[in-house]
Amino acid sequence: MGVLKEEVINETTINKSQYSPIKEFWKNWKRQKVAFSASLFVLLLIIIAFVGPYITPYDPYEPNYNSILQGPSSSHLAGTDEYGRDIFSRLIYGTRISLSVSFISVFFGAVVGTILGLISGFFGGFLDRIIMRSSDVMFAFPDIILAIAIIAILGPGLVNVVIAIAVFTVPSFARLIRGATLEVKETVFVEAARSMGAKKTRIIYKHIFPETFSSLMVFFTMRIGTAILAAASLSFLGLGASPGTPDWGAMLTMGRDYLGTSSHVVIMPGIAIFLTVLAFNLVGDGLRDVLDPKTKNH
Amino acid sequence: MHPKILILKGVAFVLRYIFKRVLEMIPTLLIVSIIIFYFIHLIPGDPVRLVVGPDATSEEVSMIREEMGLNDPIFIQYMSYMQGILQGDLGKSLKTGLPVMEMFENRFKNSIYLTLFSIIWAFIIGIIIGTFSAVFKNKLPDNIGMLTAVSGISVPGFWLGLILIQFFSVQLGWLPTGGADSWKHFILPSIALGAGIMAMIARFTRSSLLETLGSDFIRTARAKGLREMIVIPKHALRNSMVSVVTITGLQFGFLLGGSVVVETVFSFPGMGRLLIDSIAFRDYPVIQALLLLFSIQFIVVNLIVDILYSFLNPKIRTISS
Repeated sequence: MGVLKEEVINETTINKSQYSPIKEFWKNWKRQKVAFSASLFVLLLIIIAFVGPYITPYDPYEPNYNSILQGPSSSHLAGTDEYGRDIFSRLIYGTRISLSVSFISVFFGAVVGTILGLISGFFGGFLDRIIMRSSDVMFAFPDIILAIAIIAILGPGLVNVVIAIAVFTVPSFARLIRGATLEVKETVFVEAARSMGAKKTRIIYKHIFPETFSSLMVFFTMRIGTAILAAASLSFLGLGASPGTPDWGAMLTMGRDYLGTSSHVVIMPGIAIFLTVLAFNLVGDGLRDVLDPKTKNH
Repeated sequence: MHPKILILKGVAFVLRYIFKRVLEMIPTLLIVSIIIFYFIHLIPGDPVRLVVGPDATSEEVSMIREEMGLNDPIFIQYMSYMQGILQGDLGKSLKTGLPVMEMFENRFKNSIYLTLFSIIWAFIIGIIIGTFSAVFKNKLPDNIGMLTAVSGISVPGFWLGLILIQFFSVQLGWLPTGGADSWKHFILPSIALGAGIMAMIARFTRSSLLETLGSDFIRTARAKGLREMIVIPKHALRNSMVSVVTITGLQFGFLLGGSVVVETVFSFPGMGRLLIDSIAFRDYPVIQALLLLFSIQFIVVNLIVDILYSFLNPKIRTISS
């Protein structure tokens, strides 16, 4: 954003009316060919997540014992599972589950983490020490292990998966935003706002938060991929979605037993997870190059 | 000053640094142990019922409860637990009745080997891919390398494991599907576990190397007429190594978490799978000891990375001499 800001100044002095950060972003974004295509794929996934239930060729829950474990064909694009359910329809349903679980969990983790990071970075001192110490303690647990421990207490289920992922997302956002806040805090325009007597909450909200926004966007996108993988892993371990749910991770667990005879049961949901996470990671990479060129090498 | 004295001074400095870092680690470990202890008590279910079974009378239940020390205040329970740990006693498994320490022995060894194999191949291949990508920036090798890397980050480890089993064990019959009896049993799990780390190392090596390749001392080395075969590994790569080692260490937690999933896929007798089994059975003492062990491992590895970093980083090395 810092670089962008300089450009803003240069551009505005040259031609005030034509500059728009959104236009500028769009121009750069279109140049990122891979990330651009990945973002189209993400868009498609989001649409599928919304309209999924209306476009599935079959009922994802309806067993059909006449067509058990059939390979991919023209009537069943991704084949059928051990109950004869259409895997393609289940994958479409699963898009909604995967995207909402990951988005909601990362969103809550990001909101809490960002608030803590802003407080920690801006006020410093005792609050900063408490917040950073707590996040150190949380960092002492590997992500998935922490999630497993939380689910051991709360019990299995998708809602608890969301809580678990949100919890382990908090400290990394807190650290990121704290770092960014420390940097912005020292800039001239924050100093100016402060000397004009602006309230602290106003400075944080109006001046510091917007400056951290681009790093926030980049990290948010990257974390969606992580969250999808974590949710799938937890479901695979039997700690997430219940076995009958058309959740990608749960489908893999169920399909495991049929790997030798009908590998499509395992391959298809895996490809769905892989492509989705890949798309989010590519968009994240692209966003970083466009919005946050500073961090490119870190 | 005599060079020997200088070296001694340097060693003393490093030792002091290590000592300071180890001391700093203690409060974190204590807090972590307290949190885990309370955590376990939050898990719903009665451990006594698990031990005595559903048919026990209420007297038996209260007797066992007293025996297990569950009537004491939680603080006292924590203290006696910590006392046990210091004497190498992690309690007994509710499921098998065996001392937890005994259950860990082989499993710990298996998991450590699995982790080490994964990180070693990931490190070597990651650096090779990263270096090629940096040297051939924006050319075909770079594109292939980075496509591999971003795929490695995006692929679910357990799915990769299942696909590997299907191909190498079921179809080709080359490698076993599970267990940990010989070195062959470690190949597939360490591929599945290391793929993500390999990808991260490759990406990081590339960006770190690109940064180094643009710096003055590389330009000087090239200007002296040194061949690329010497400049890249001897000057550039060595310089990037510091940050690559750091990032590898920081990914260790990712590996510990991944091991839970990968060990489950391969029915691998290690710590990760034991955690899942213990949670299913609510084997509290085992869960508690495992969580503690995982976090200690993670904290210790981070410490080692920090110390390594200070050794490898020329800036800190200069201070010490």
